[in-house]
Amino acid sequence: MNLESMTVDTVKNAESTPEELQPYLELGLKDDEYQRIRQILGRRPTQSELAMYSIMWSEHCSYKSSKVHLRQFGEKAPPSDRMLAGMGENAGVIQINEKIAVTFKVESHNHPSFVEPYQGAATGVGGIVRDILAMGARPILVMDSLRFGAADHPDTQRVLPGVVAGVGGYGNCLGLPNVGGEVFFDECYQGNPLVNALSLGVLPVDGLQRKEADGPGNIVVLMGAKTGRDGIGGVSVLASATFDDESQQRRPSVQVGDPFTEKLLIESCLELYASKLIVGVQDLGGAGLTCALTETAASAGTGMDIQLEKVHLREASMEPHEILASESQERMLFIVEPAKLDAVLGIAQLWGVIATPIGTVTDTGRVRITFHGETVVDVPPGSLADDGPVYARPLREPADLILLQADRAETLPRPHHDFQLKDTLLKLAASPNLSDRSWVTEQYDRYVLGNTVLAQPEDSGIVRLDEETGLGVALSLDCNSRFARLDPYEGAKLALAEAYRNVAVTGAEPVAVTDCLNFGSPEDPAVMWQFAEAVRGIADGCQELGIPVTGGNVSFYNQTGAVAIHPTPVVGVLGVLENTAQRIPMGFGHTGDVLVLLGETGLELSGSEWAWVAHRHLGGRPPKVDFAREQAIAGFMQKAAETGLVGSAHDLSDGGLGQALVESVLRKGMGATVTLPVDIEPFVSLFSESAGRVLITVPVGHRQAFEQLLAEHELPATILGQVDDEGADLTVIGHGEAGRFTVSQAELREAFSGTLPRLFGSGEPGAAPAPAVETVTVVETVTVVETPAGVEVTETVLVEAEAPVALLAEGEPAGQPGEVAHADDEGRRTES
Amino acid sequence: MARVVVDVMLKPEILDPQGQAVANALPRLGVNDVASVRIGRRVEIDFAGDADLERAREIADKLLANPVIEDYEIRVVEAA
Amino acid sequence: MSKIGVVTFPGSLDDGDAARAARISGAEVVRLWHADPDLHGVDAVVLPGGFSYGDYLRCGAIARFAPVMETIADAARGGMPVMGICNGFQILCEAHLLPGALTRNQHLHFRNRDQWLRMENSSTAWTNHFTEGQEILVPVKNGEGCYVADRRTLDELEANGQIVARYIRGNPNGSTRDIAAIRNEAGNVLGIMPHPEHAVEALTGPSLDGLGFFSSVLKHLADAKAAA
Repeated sequence: MNLESMTVDTVKNAESTPEELQPYLELGLKDDEYQRIRQILGRRPTQSELAMYSIMWSEHCSYKSSKVHLRQFGEKAPPSDRMLAGMGENAGVIQINEKIAVTFKVESHNHPSFVEPYQGAATGVGGIVRDILAMGARPILVMDSLRFGAADHPDTQRVLPGVVAGVGGYGNCLGLPNVGGEVFFDECYQGNPLVNALSLGVLPVDGLQRKEADGPGNIVVLMGAKTGRDGIGGVSVLASATFDDESQQRRPSVQVGDPFTEKLLIESCLELYASKLIVGVQDLGGAGLTCALTETAASAGTGMDIQLEKVHLREASMEPHEILASESQERMLFIVEPAKLDAVLGIAQLWGVIATPIGTVTDTGRVRITFHGETVVDVPPGSLADDGPVYARPLREPADLILLQADRAETLPRPHHDFQLKDTLLKLAASPNLSDRSWVTEQYDRYVLGNTVLAQPEDSGIVRLDEETGLGVALSLDCNSRFARLDPYEGAKLALAEAYRNVAVTGAEPVAVTDCLNFGSPEDPAVMWQFAEAVRGIADGCQELGIPVTGGNVSFYNQTGAVAIHPTPVVGVLGVLENTAQRIPMGFGHTGDVLVLLGETGLELSGSEWAWVAHRHLGGRPPKVDFAREQAIAGFMQKAAETGLVGSAHDLSDGGLGQALVESVLRKGMGATVTLPVDIEPFVSLFSESAGRVLITVPVGHRQAFEQLLAEHELPATILGQVDDEGADLTVIGHGEAGRFTVSQAELREAFSGTLPRLFGSGEPGAAPAPAVETVTVVETVTVVETPAGVEVTETVLVEAEAPVALLAEGEPAGQPGEVAHADDEGRRTES
Repeated sequence: MARVVVDVMLKPEILDPQGQAVANALPRLGVNDVASVRIGRRVEIDFAGDADLERAREIADKLLANPVIEDYEIRVVEAA
Repeated sequence: MSKIGVVTFPGSLDDGDAARAARISGAEVVRLWHADPDLHGVDAVVLPGGFSYGDYLRCGAIARFAPVMETIADAARGGMPVMGICNGFQILCEAHLLPGALTRNQHLHFRNRDQWLRMENSSTAWTNHFTEGQEILVPVKNGEGCYVADRRTLDELEANGQIVARYIRGNPNGSTRDIAAIRNEAGNVLGIMPHPEHAVEALTGPSLDGLGFFSSVLKHLADAKAAA
């Protein structure tokens, strides 16, 4: 290593050159923020210190615009004796029984996923998993909430397959089942796709890990991957600035994930926890070493002396500020008593993970970092971790909101005749937002770990925690951002209500909330108003439902130019199921079961999928939320699950009753006959998106007990019809002009299942639109070589006979693809 | 340091779906005169001392290539 | 009670599930560690699914050289029942305990679905509980599950009855001749791409069909003990 070639800016140097100009504006710091740094330090910051402040004081790390609003989650939170850790920790922790607790959180990785879809999404999964791990838990599942631009836009063709492969590639390789999530398309996400990943982990109640760097004299150990130039400046520049053409040039700074190393890291950490070998732990996330060092020291009120040259580097030429800012993945920081250091390093070695002591905890209250003996950082850690700037930014209702709300979808022309209703049903089922998600979810392993009880397309993911008792958790992630655009307060409440209901319909008891708040630029008062309204909506809703927000994530600057995405407050609800064997699935199961609609249907079409698909219309006010009704449904479903009174249940949301019928029929291939209520216009019955409704089936023999339970919970219910035989049609009987219509399952399946394969490739062997090469000719073979730097076409051009064997897949005239001809006895394979 | 490069390619008879996917994408870029694309793996081995072709061949035989489906070529290059 | 060993490589993922399936079937389960060549007296071995050592080179390529694999290879040649599931199948091919190789799915996607198989051969240590022609439902989940071999090998496999199961009602990965599972000539080594260990409980699997593989090997071991 050539130190001479590197001009390192030391504290000594900073003291002697107070006037040196520093690029704080380029790093995203404002004039007054820079002045405050000088004030705190009593001198100009060194280059490394400036990098650290710019990272820690960025919107992404400091929550400087959102903090004043997020306080409501704590202030309005109902008292919960289940919550062991909440806001401000890596993830909230909820007690499940006297022994077991779970920790869960959803986090965004939006901008990186636009720049490099595969790695952005993959490292998003890796990051949230490490958050869970840092709490002391074994991660046991993941979920993903994805939003893309228009489904048929060329850039969606690039982004979606990459994101899906990245979520799958990382999670599958870690051995974490993916049990649910969302995929949604809207033009507003064209340049700003949203990738929100959730993970949940299990830990013993007494196994909660702390992040405090306690005990002066203790050793600071960095474990995991080597540190490279991944995502340098990514946090303050990549993750917090609005996109423009420059993002093309920033590509090299994208982080690259290594799930195998993360798997080794998980196993090592769990062994360290179980052996009680560590004092504190923190994962290295967006702000890398900077955040991990300052947060652990600040939360303990201690200091640290760090020797930065001890950090294992991928590239020897890295400068101190690069090492401190690096977002290299798969790293954790531990605080270890000196006597236990050897044992810690031994466990790392067993799993083949690099672990390096890089410094010690001190009682100085300063984080001092040296690089080959020169002091490059000397800061009070609290000034970075806790005392960043806080802004109460101006709020203003968007100027167009009044007009938007006045433009109600309820006034749009809507069809009445039976053939039109059938057509609408099929069109909605085939729309990108309502169609079958198998193209996506088949790329995710949902079986691994052997505890998945329900996974997508069910309303909730359900995972068993205890094989003896069957105890388990249910989780759902939801948001309808169109509703949030029309009214962010009500829209956020609707997202909460839907996630709550999705958990409740399985029979689980909803107990806690996490959220991922995706918005445009907080510097735009209209966006800030949307944010404030959405936070208020979630906080009020949680207060009414009596369940706490335990943690979450804010992602601002999701906008291209002046145009922000729809406000997108994604809400995750966690439920507990005492016995997962009693869970209620969504598909119709038995011929003769009675179809019942719980809840009430109103004329609520604004923001609906029908308004968008049929009229490209977004306007009006979203459906009303009634949390008392949602609670009544939850209470009813829990009792129904315990007593086995309900055979299946499916939440009504996007696409209304019509879509719920399509999904419930196709799930297990059972037909149904439905008679729509006479006092409601048939179209409204089918396609209104009123909240607080569930479609359930009741075995005939349970009808009396069911009606009694219904009365106890004061729930309005309508008998709609019955489940028919396997393979039978879906028949809908209306009244007046609506008459009746019948749809075969083949028609339903073709509409529902064909859309995503048509848009993103069928994935069937031989079905790709390949250029037809029917005869063997002597052709040029371009040799493409995968190198660490990417795929590179070499100059080697070989001329050889090339049999395009894959194109034989369908015809199979002479053996199948993959069969290798013997060169020795058949010569060059020429048949085709 | 001496560098040996090992190029591992699927045997010509083996279906290469990755290469085919690239070939299928080329017309979208307006490239219509490519008949076939095959993707392989380039492995760079840096020896501490002199390049040892025999040792590299052994590594390639035992580990880098699966002779059931892959061929490889070995050459010495000037290390960067 | 017969002892079934389940190997854990650093990147094994379905090792716990294979152990659970063996336990539910009535076996005593012994966990084996990749770096330890000792088989601890097991009567049969399962190589589970996962990504053994990250599988960045080729699936199973590095696992083949693990200390435990050398012992397993010797034991397998001596007749010990060995089942490789998914990544385990890939390792068995790389170790030349089974012919052919597993390559990237033709459609290039990882695919997880419930898959129907037709059992073609019940003369192995792992499939004697099935009848030939029986259709079973087990999950498949892989990115590199497309079986390939030269035509002579394939014809030999067909002729010797070494194709143990084929995909029916759709081929999930483009596997040659719809091959889902093969055995060695002796019938003690089985490689299977789908996951029987995920079809052993009504609550979590699409069927209970996976239990048959584990009860088969227990019967095989009991018969062998009785004969001895």
